[in-house]
Amino acid sequence: MDLFEYQGKQYFARYDIPVSKGGPADTVDEAVTEANNAGYPVVVKAQVQVGGRGKAGGIKLADNEAEVREHAGNILGMDIKGHVVKRVWVEQASDIEEEYYVSFTLDRAEKKHLMMLSREGGVEIEVVAEENPDAIVKRHIDPVDGLSADAAREAVLAANLPEAAVDGATDIIVKLYRCYTEGDCDLAEINPLILKPTGEVHALDAKVTLDGNAEFRHPEWEDFKGLAVMDDREKMAAEKDLQYIGLDGTVGIIANGAGLAMSTLDVVNQVGGSAANFLDIGGGANADVMAGALEVINSDEKVKSIFINIFGGITRGEEVAKGIVEAMSRVDLNAPIVIRLDGTNAEEGRQILLDAGIPQDKLRSEPTMLDAARAAVSLASS
Amino acid sequence: MAIFVDENTKVLVQGLTGGQGKYHGLRNRDYGTQVVGGVTPGKGGQDVDGIPIFNSVAEAVEATGANASFAAVPPKFASGAILEAAEAGIGFVVCITEGIPAQDEATTFNRLVREFPNTRLLGPNCPGIISPGKCNIGITAGEIAELPSADGPNVGIVSRSGTLTYQALYELKQRGIGVSTCVGIGGDPVPGTNFIDCLSEFQNDPETHAIMMLGEIGGSAEEEAADFIQANVTKPMSTYIAGVTAPAGKKMGHAGAIVSGGKGTAQGKMDALAAAGVRVGLNPTEAGELMAEIVAAL
Repeated sequence: MDLFEYQGKQYFARYDIPVSKGGPADTVDEAVTEANNAGYPVVVKAQVQVGGRGKAGGIKLADNEAEVREHAGNILGMDIKGHVVKRVWVEQASDIEEEYYVSFTLDRAEKKHLMMLSREGGVEIEVVAEENPDAIVKRHIDPVDGLSADAAREAVLAANLPEAAVDGATDIIVKLYRCYTEGDCDLAEINPLILKPTGEVHALDAKVTLDGNAEFRHPEWEDFKGLAVMDDREKMAAEKDLQYIGLDGTVGIIANGAGLAMSTLDVVNQVGGSAANFLDIGGGANADVMAGALEVINSDEKVKSIFINIFGGITRGEEVAKGIVEAMSRVDLNAPIVIRLDGTNAEEGRQILLDAGIPQDKLRSEPTMLDAARAAVSLASS
Repeated sequence: MAIFVDENTKVLVQGLTGGQGKYHGLRNRDYGTQVVGGVTPGKGGQDVDGIPIFNSVAEAVEATGANASFAAVPPKFASGAILEAAEAGIGFVVCITEGIPAQDEATTFNRLVREFPNTRLLGPNCPGIISPGKCNIGITAGEIAELPSADGPNVGIVSRSGTLTYQALYELKQRGIGVSTCVGIGGDPVPGTNFIDCLSEFQNDPETHAIMMLGEIGGSAEEEAADFIQANVTKPMSTYIAGVTAPAGKKMGHAGAIVSGGKGTAQGKMDALAAAGVRVGLNPTEAGELMAEIVAAL
């Protein structure tokens, strides 16, 4: 789960990472209230999960109430690369002496955490990595040992941060590591981390991705839900707890397992079709899950045929079949189904489908993944 | 011969009294696997279909001589279960649990490396391992795996995705090609056992004559495997990488499966493997056909 900047800052604040004084606003009046609370000058920042919002006019400085009204009015509702701004963050503007970069993420190849720190902040770290790789200090952290203040200080010194920033930056890095680990982040990034002329160091931006698998131990994440950009199909799938990604094609896809689902997309593409979605019903899916998946696919008007590709392991064939029969009795499907069913209890599943007496033009079985893909693509283009 | 598990492997099921543990544990036993005990704290002394339950892994090892475990427990308890098995001296732990927080996974992996170097973890979030005719630990339907033939040629399979593992077994069975061992390493960010671990074992296993590898988008495990193959693997290989058509920036179900910043693309992985001499299929069936050609030429 990717957080908006203001949510990231609220999350940072829970771990005592200093951020600018400010608050979120959904209307111009709310923006003025937040600006008055924070103290002028303020920055009005569009809350969208896409880069380049400054260039698009989504970040503006305001010296007084009239300017806040003008900028918030312009930014709210603005379309930035397809993302409509529904909320702004209004915060006290900071004087900036220098800008740095710091982040924590998992290095999958090393199987350890990776800290990246640079004196060249405020620009995309990929650009720094490309143009001046030596300017990035990288440190692997064994999760068993954690990050000590000494190790953080060593990295700060290695990155050549000026003496005035050393204590402040070290302190924030240790806190950010705590936020990253105890806060179950996949990514915790501050860019820029700023040094003010007064000598204080603080986080001017926040980029946080939370690990959805850790939701069970973070009741506070409930506050972060609900503002993500999803289309209607994706919302419906999220309510049913399905792994769904909307695409633009005409063949609706339901498969079990992420690998097989991706592979199903690939095969449909290879035989000349295009997938309307990625939908993984996961391991051990029961009849209810299958029925829910079909309802989501059925809500997509572009779908001309439905390809159900199941290879049972933990998922049992008879449950899949029951779900299809159940869904077909519950909803009137707009598109015909082509199913390929193999693996655990596939025989029983096929029998259940036969016994249900569903007409051939509504549901047909194919023996292999490729045959089923061809059949589904041909139905979608007829 | 086979890799990691064979007819002498004695398996404990951690969570045998739970739904998944019971269903798959009993299926593993029915396949012929030596399932010698189950572990559920507080239920010691009971049995599941004749299999004795113990309160701890240590007790179970003492009583049964188990040397492998199958951890079928919910995400909250998975790290604890894996470490308990390692502490009791279990040498091979298969964890099928999906949804373990990445922080727990990274910590557990590094603790195993440091404190229990003799324990190998397979998974988490994996389908398990099957050495056909000898041992099946996990959720694979045993009947889709072709038995290895005494004089070969036999194929070793390693895969990052569960259902693609079954698909690969199925493709080989359709063609009557024997399988020495099939390992599902799982799609999580920090797998206990990776492609290279399996490739290295297959290369050294006299019963394995060729290797089929199934990868997917995201991360750099396939690229690292390609480097390893180039330098160390002389047995012929075929591969398929899932996610050729996956859009960038969208997480495709697995925690690991995402193309970000132009890295981890299927094309990049296919190119790296092809450069290492691996024959690349554009779908699982094509990878199976290529393997049939390879085996026919052996």
